[in-house]
Amino acid sequence: MNGPLRRSGVVIMVLFGAIFVKLNWIQAYKADEYRTDDRNQRVQIAEYDRPRGVIEAGGVPLAENTETGGELKYQRTYPKKEVYAPVLGYKPLSGVAVGIESAENDILSGASDKLFADRLSDMFTGDSSSGGNIVLSLIPRAQEVAWKQMTNNERGVTRGAAVAIDPSTGAVQALVSMPSYDPNPLASHDSKVASAAYNELNNDKSQPLLNRAVANTLPPGSVFKVIVSAAALENGYNLDTEIPAGAVYQEGGATIRNSEDEVCPGSQITLKEALTTSCNTGYSKLGVKLGRDKVIDKAKDFGFEDESLKVGDLESGKGLTVAASRTGTIANKDGSVDKAALAQSSLGQRDVRMTPLEGAMIAATVANGGKQMRPYLVQQQLDSSRGTIYTAAPKALREPISSSTANGLREMMVSVVTDGTGKNAKISGWEVGGKTGTAQNTADGDPHGWFVGFAYKDGKAVSAVCVMLENVPGGHASAEAARIAGLIMKATAAQGGN
Amino acid sequence: MSRIRQWKTRRNAELGLLAFAMVLVAVFSATVEANQYDKINANFWVPAALIGGLFLGLHIVVRFTAPYADPVLLPAVALINGIGVAFLRRLDIARAIARDLPEPGFFAETSGRQLAWTLMSLVLAAVLLTVVRDHKIISRYAYTLGLIGIVLMMIPAVLPGKYSEVNGAKIWIKFGSAFSIQPGEFAKIALVSFFAYYLVRKREVLSLASRRVLGIDFPRGRDLGPVLTVWLFSVLVLVFEKDLGTALLYFGLFVVTLYVATERSSWLIIGLLLFFGGVYVAYLLGSVVGGPFANFYDRAAVWLDPFAQSNYERESGSSYQLVQGLFGLGTGGLFGTGPGAGSPSKVPEVRNDFIFAGLGEEIGLFGLIALLVLYLLIVERGLHAALAVRDSFGKLVAGGLAFTLGLQVFVILGGITGLIPLTGQTTPFLSAGGSSLMANWMLVAMLLRISDAARRPQNAVPERAGGAPKKAPTQLHGAMTEVIKP
Repeated sequence: MNGPLRRSGVVIMVLFGAIFVKLNWIQAYKADEYRTDDRNQRVQIAEYDRPRGVIEAGGVPLAENTETGGELKYQRTYPKKEVYAPVLGYKPLSGVAVGIESAENDILSGASDKLFADRLSDMFTGDSSSGGNIVLSLIPRAQEVAWKQMTNNERGVTRGAAVAIDPSTGAVQALVSMPSYDPNPLASHDSKVASAAYNELNNDKSQPLLNRAVANTLPPGSVFKVIVSAAALENGYNLDTEIPAGAVYQEGGATIRNSEDEVCPGSQITLKEALTTSCNTGYSKLGVKLGRDKVIDKAKDFGFEDESLKVGDLESGKGLTVAASRTGTIANKDGSVDKAALAQSSLGQRDVRMTPLEGAMIAATVANGGKQMRPYLVQQQLDSSRGTIYTAAPKALREPISSSTANGLREMMVSVVTDGTGKNAKISGWEVGGKTGTAQNTADGDPHGWFVGFAYKDGKAVSAVCVMLENVPGGHASAEAARIAGLIMKATAAQGGN
Repeated sequence: MSRIRQWKTRRNAELGLLAFAMVLVAVFSATVEANQYDKINANFWVPAALIGGLFLGLHIVVRFTAPYADPVLLPAVALINGIGVAFLRRLDIARAIARDLPEPGFFAETSGRQLAWTLMSLVLAAVLLTVVRDHKIISRYAYTLGLIGIVLMMIPAVLPGKYSEVNGAKIWIKFGSAFSIQPGEFAKIALVSFFAYYLVRKREVLSLASRRVLGIDFPRGRDLGPVLTVWLFSVLVLVFEKDLGTALLYFGLFVVTLYVATERSSWLIIGLLLFFGGVYVAYLLGSVVGGPFANFYDRAAVWLDPFAQSNYERESGSSYQLVQGLFGLGTGGLFGTGPGAGSPSKVPEVRNDFIFAGLGEEIGLFGLIALLVLYLLIVERGLHAALAVRDSFGKLVAGGLAFTLGLQVFVILGGITGLIPLTGQTTPFLSAGGSSLMANWMLVAMLLRISDAARRPQNAVPERAGGAPKKAPTQLHGAMTEVIKP
């Protein structure tokens, strides 16, 4: 009988061996697949077992947690709702986070190696501390003012964006996209609520989920004249150089007119005067005279065509993806210069497209003496006991213009605000400069109104801003943008309420 | 005397291993508290000490009644039993925390009940060891046991579903909502004893009278009678209890005892063909005829593709439980989340059928393999006793019981891991529930008894008054003088 008994033992060994192999298959080979399956809630439970780090700016909590008392212990909440949504993004229960919630997920969730000391002390104290906290560079007052002014604009515009950055550091002071969305339902633990909210936003024709400040490009109109001016100043022109102008300019198939008859009807105008009055004919002729390559190269120097910029964390390079601004090729089919296109492109029309962030970066470059700083949103990372583990070290991104060119542009742009089209941006007691833009788009649509500018307080550049309003009715599309820009810049110095 | 002393009882080794097992249980409990309460309570060791005390009691009984018993069996089973109680307590703690209740008492909730069941099981095992001083005595009651086994096996099948069905498997007898028993757990022990006796008496005729076909010796048609009867019972169980695992268990234990008794591999071939043929026919009938076969067909369909959304979301018999169990195992990965740090309560029935999946999330692949090796150790030690014991009846009983235990572990773990269709078996010594625990401890008591007989020196004189009786070894009931082949 012993033979069969031994063989029975072998049978059991084989059966157990099969279980052994299958367990390896499940727990080693397939483990990741099972762990991340949407129907597996365990990872979420572990994730929500300790509070996610807080995102804050200027001492104001922007993303925090409330205890639920349920299986998922903490609910992510966004007390400021749509005001900060384009920056913060949101952290959904399933699926990937967006915005800073995504870019700084490692710190917020506590998974980052930088929080190793926290995890180590957790092991000894038995507490499970929260993830690390993120301090944003945003200035709450500027952000609130920007949001309020944009959404309550005097023209009833429903779409637009505003960005303010500190010219000397690149720190983003305000970033508003309109319309925005309330991230709270998207972070709901009830997947039905979350997906219903998402579908509604995603199907909304006004695209509230689109971050118009960084992810959308539009024709910048006369704002582009700043770049043409920079190209001119670096090619032998100075502020007082007389350039040809006139009421009408025809080049190829394009006819260039000024916005109003009283703007530069004479045959000659100084460069400074041309920018101050936003002389279209003068800039078209100037652009054609300088040539396609000088215009395109200068735009590139300022950051056009940059496809890899992200605004968020200077250290990790993660952040909100910035769409590339474009000049277009300005070429005929055979590659030769399309002068009609060049004449129109010099006015920021035709195929020129720009993000509001790029607009603010152009103004900031001028205000910072020619050096463009890399924009960022993450000022500090704090561990769970609020010890600093990282502070942003501003980095130069590029140097588009020399300091003398910058000084010239500064003088010209200040003239725009004191004597020209940008008067609405004035702040009493401050030195404010800028450039307006009114961009025609479709044949019958209202034009987009732009303003890019900067402000000096007590001789120090405090803010550079870009305001963009889409399809502004009632003419003088840029005037409202200039007014809002002035208020935002004032608020960055914690002045002015509304 | 000096000749006798050379035979080691190894009882102190058993005690040492038992103490080590209880230390492991205490460490498990401490880790659970550290993860659940973020601190280790001063009395974390109490459950391990309580259950350790119970095992110590059985150890002392073994010292007196089966001094030569295998020293590894008891500690190995005790470790699994102890981990089971500690894991059930971990689930109780999590439930209490979720409901904002204070820490559950040591005798409260599922783990408290499991502790009480352990006490009863150990008492039963001790009584069995004390009363049955020689395993051959059991042969006197073989036919009674066979009848009891078949009755126990059939009760759930004939009872209305209201009194016998839990989660689609009709393998219970429910006494109201208060408690229910799984008679099949006891039936398997009774049946093994009966088969062993029956086969020892019939083995000559079954193994010698044969016809040769294709080089394999096949038994005569009329000798096939009992095999066909048991096969028919198994298929009936499969159809009416809606449980493939139970059917596989009964049929497997019969075929193996038959094979061991006759040493004829033809029995294995016939058995396997009959069983899998029957299963396949039942599957086909389920797809065509439906009716009583439909449940089995559905289970097989769910088993083939558990992750399909249609199987995951179906009204009845969905793969939800299986898939959540697999998610638990997968989330645990190689090392597990650590005891108390996972979410085993995501898996339905994690206290019973799916306790292995719940444990797997927290102790990981390495922990589960350790458990698997413990089970293997118990089974192989049982088979070792069967090899070493000197009478055929003992060999068949020990071999049959050990194999059945191994088969049951395979059936449930195979079901949980998706290796075979899921069936409603308990995991021996781990799952919450009295029937399974008591029956399996009786099984262990039998193995202890037989291993004692196997390791006892042939002419040993009991050293103590309380030792084995001094009369001559009992003869197998009704048997002629045995001739044992080497």
